[in-house]
Amino acid sequence: MSSYIVKRLIQGFFLVFSVSVLVFAMLYIMPGDPIDQVMGWKVSQEKKDEMRRFYGFDRPLHEQYLSWARKAIKGDMGVSVRTKLPVLDLMKARIPITLKFTGLTLLFDILIAVPLGLLCAYWKDSLFDRLVVGVSLFFTAIPQFWTAVLLILLFGVTLKVLPFNGYDTPLHLVLPVAAGVLGSFASTIRMTKSEVLEVIREKYVTTAYAKGLSKSAVLVRHVLRNAIILITVLISLSIPWLISGAVILEHIFGIPGMGGLMVNSIIMQDFAVVQACVLVITVLTVVFNILCDLLIGLLDPRISLSLRGGER
Amino acid sequence: MGLDSGELLKLDGLSVEYRVRGGWLSAVKNVTLGVGSGEIFAVVGESGCGKSTIAHSIMRLNTDGNERVSGGIYFEGENLGDYSDRQMTAVRGKKIGMIFQNPLDSLNPVYRSGYQVAEAIYLDGKGRDEVWREVIELYRKMKMPDPAKRVRSFPHELSGGMRQRVMIAMMLARNPKLLIADEPTTALDVTIEAQILEIMNQLRADFDASILLITHNFGLVAEIADRVAVMYAGEVAEQGSVFEIFQRPRHPYTELLMKALPRRSKREGRLQTIDGTVPRLTSTEPGCRFYNRCPCAGGRCRNQDPPVRRLSDTHSYACHNR
Amino acid sequence: MNRGRLREFLISGRKNVNFLVGAFIILSVILVAVFAPFIAPYGYDEANRDERLQPPSQKHPFGTDDFGRDMLSKVIYGSRITLQIALTGTLIQMALGVSVGMISGYFGRTVDKILMFVADLTWCVPGIILALAVVTLLGKGLTNSIIAISLVNWTQYARIVRAKTMSIKNQAFIETGIAFGEKAPAIMLRYIFPNIVPAIVVMASMQLPSTVMSTTALSFLGLGSQPPSPDWGLALSNGMKYITRGQWLSIFPGIALVYVVFGFNLLGEGLRDLLDPRMKSL
Repeated sequence: MSSYIVKRLIQGFFLVFSVSVLVFAMLYIMPGDPIDQVMGWKVSQEKKDEMRRFYGFDRPLHEQYLSWARKAIKGDMGVSVRTKLPVLDLMKARIPITLKFTGLTLLFDILIAVPLGLLCAYWKDSLFDRLVVGVSLFFTAIPQFWTAVLLILLFGVTLKVLPFNGYDTPLHLVLPVAAGVLGSFASTIRMTKSEVLEVIREKYVTTAYAKGLSKSAVLVRHVLRNAIILITVLISLSIPWLISGAVILEHIFGIPGMGGLMVNSIIMQDFAVVQACVLVITVLTVVFNILCDLLIGLLDPRISLSLRGGER
Repeated sequence: MGLDSGELLKLDGLSVEYRVRGGWLSAVKNVTLGVGSGEIFAVVGESGCGKSTIAHSIMRLNTDGNERVSGGIYFEGENLGDYSDRQMTAVRGKKIGMIFQNPLDSLNPVYRSGYQVAEAIYLDGKGRDEVWREVIELYRKMKMPDPAKRVRSFPHELSGGMRQRVMIAMMLARNPKLLIADEPTTALDVTIEAQILEIMNQLRADFDASILLITHNFGLVAEIADRVAVMYAGEVAEQGSVFEIFQRPRHPYTELLMKALPRRSKREGRLQTIDGTVPRLTSTEPGCRFYNRCPCAGGRCRNQDPPVRRLSDTHSYACHNR
Repeated sequence: MNRGRLREFLISGRKNVNFLVGAFIILSVILVAVFAPFIAPYGYDEANRDERLQPPSQKHPFGTDDFGRDMLSKVIYGSRITLQIALTGTLIQMALGVSVGMISGYFGRTVDKILMFVADLTWCVPGIILALAVVTLLGKGLTNSIIAISLVNWTQYARIVRAKTMSIKNQAFIETGIAFGEKAPAIMLRYIFPNIVPAIVVMASMQLPSTVMSTTALSFLGLGSQPPSPDWGLALSNGMKYITRGQWLSIFPGIALVYVVFGFNLLGEGLRDLLDPRMKSL
């Protein structure tokens, strides 16, 4: 277990490092260098060179990366070109909002979809199963952003019962979270169902019956207990997807989170902000993945055999 | 039909069918056999001949709604077919235990091996300390090295042989009268197989349990069983004491199997094989199921069920022409 | 796929409802796209100042947008964009995923480790974030957003192809090829590739919905197709501006999008059942 933790942490560190290099490299893949980007063509060459020296763009790349990374770790992510504010100040208030929004979506997704998936597996091929699977299949064909639009049309515009723009009251989160859940619950149901069905077929479940355990004891102690491991793996794998959805939904619903900030900054070509958003969101994803891995490690004693290695 | 007294388990015309696309597939047809107290009874046959289905039907473990069981399963004189699911739960583990082919798949990977044994003993309403004392005692009886430590091992930390011992311990924990062993040594290598067989032999004496041994391995049968039923395509082709079957096989299938066994004494060159494959059977077809591979098949064999002929109290076989 | 298997495929295909319905839907979309100029009552960028934001009527069954353009015509022409996304997106992903997957699976060891680390990297980063970063670098536009989404989605192909290549590589006929002195590229192309074609087809059809949805989402965010493109995502994004005054703007392009995605979904499920039943667990 402890070697597993160390291994995951090292992997996570490498991921964060690789992403930071990529994000840093983004500046240089752009045509021209950042000074050209920011100052435009109106500024004289001498002035630009002076700026280059000032910002250290004339130094070797790895030195530049190190000083950039050192600053980034301290929280200094540069200055937004459009607002002239430090990027950190722009993001500070937004990170918790995105976390709250994504967290709520995940929570409701699990609360709704996992029990439904379990029941579908338990009553396999029943009317209930067919209905739930049919409905979820239908929802997989609807792009999340259109679900959001439809929710706005129905509850915001036609019925006028829920607000759909901004982030002033808890009510403002109802539609975005609903859209988020509707976008992900179908796959969660299907995953849960297929994992539970897989566990039910395992030989150790037959063994549990054979030694005389009652049906409920087998379901809770052997089926559910083992399915939870797989479900946790799958949920941790779906986190990046959930965040992707959150970015679009924040933009649609005008939630002042990182996703909304990022989309606007791309449209505005505010480069430092985009860079910071990519870095922060990726680091958060990796951190969350590591947390899930640790949870899985706690749940599964076989973990030294590496659960994630196979094709899944 | 009367019941032979002294028989612990009696299958009386047991048939099992599975629902397949467009009908029913007959996995087991009209199987009648009896297991006496303290006896090791072997059911032997090729894979897919229905022997595992029999085992699962006795325990009612094949309940996914796609099977149809008919005929009697008498245990201690009572028909288990009449039992409710709740009553069957009380039979499993307490009166009949069962061990499986692959001891790694058969143990839950997330629980310590000792807990999985304890889980069975807890069902008898015993206290925590007593349960764990019993678990360690069972491990000792199974000749597990360092039992007090091994109860804390997870299945993946144990070797194949040790896992099978855990399975046996789990299933004998509540002193069942009958242990069904479904290919208990198939997944193990030969030396471990010998150890497990020794344990099973010992247990028969210590626990006074009967064993229904399901296997494809004639060598195993010769070594350990008292009586044997040879199955082909879901039917009992021939049954009798081990001596009778090995010395005087009457059914053509048994005969061919005997010839196909590698023996040290004779050097006749190639091992004999049986041509053809096991037929896929829908339940309505009459006739001998060995017909298409049988060296002495005649006209009747094709469309009439073969009669069961008795040679002695124990020895019987089903064939038109022998 | 040789002729016998093709025949078998067609015979079982006739019984597969998912496949049939999916194929019908996609075929209808293709027909609409091809014959768009004949079907559409107006041009997709034919503005009419006098008929701005008209609700659906006999003259404009799907209503008109803020420039008075006929929405029905926009939706019809939009199918061309959607199919373009599906086709080019799939081809880019396939090319990337298949080559990386085959090289990774064939050579194993260090090459495999490096390539799979790159694949894992894109797996851990939220897809849209990566796509947004790529769009930032390349600039807005449909082609760039297709490239961005493909750079996110190719890893799925790589994984499947890698696994298949590894299992095929160890079979006897490959070793025979090696013994006859065939070079690695030849072995990959002549022996391995034909054997993974069914898996690639299944994978492609399963990836199509997400490719279409993600690329359209970028257009919806204003980063893909630019006006006056009839792109459905762009049309929906425009609809958001008039959400209180012109609901029809948000309805019809969405329905069209769901129709196509649903078709690809069914086609994918059908193809999977027909070509590779074992992939069902995926």
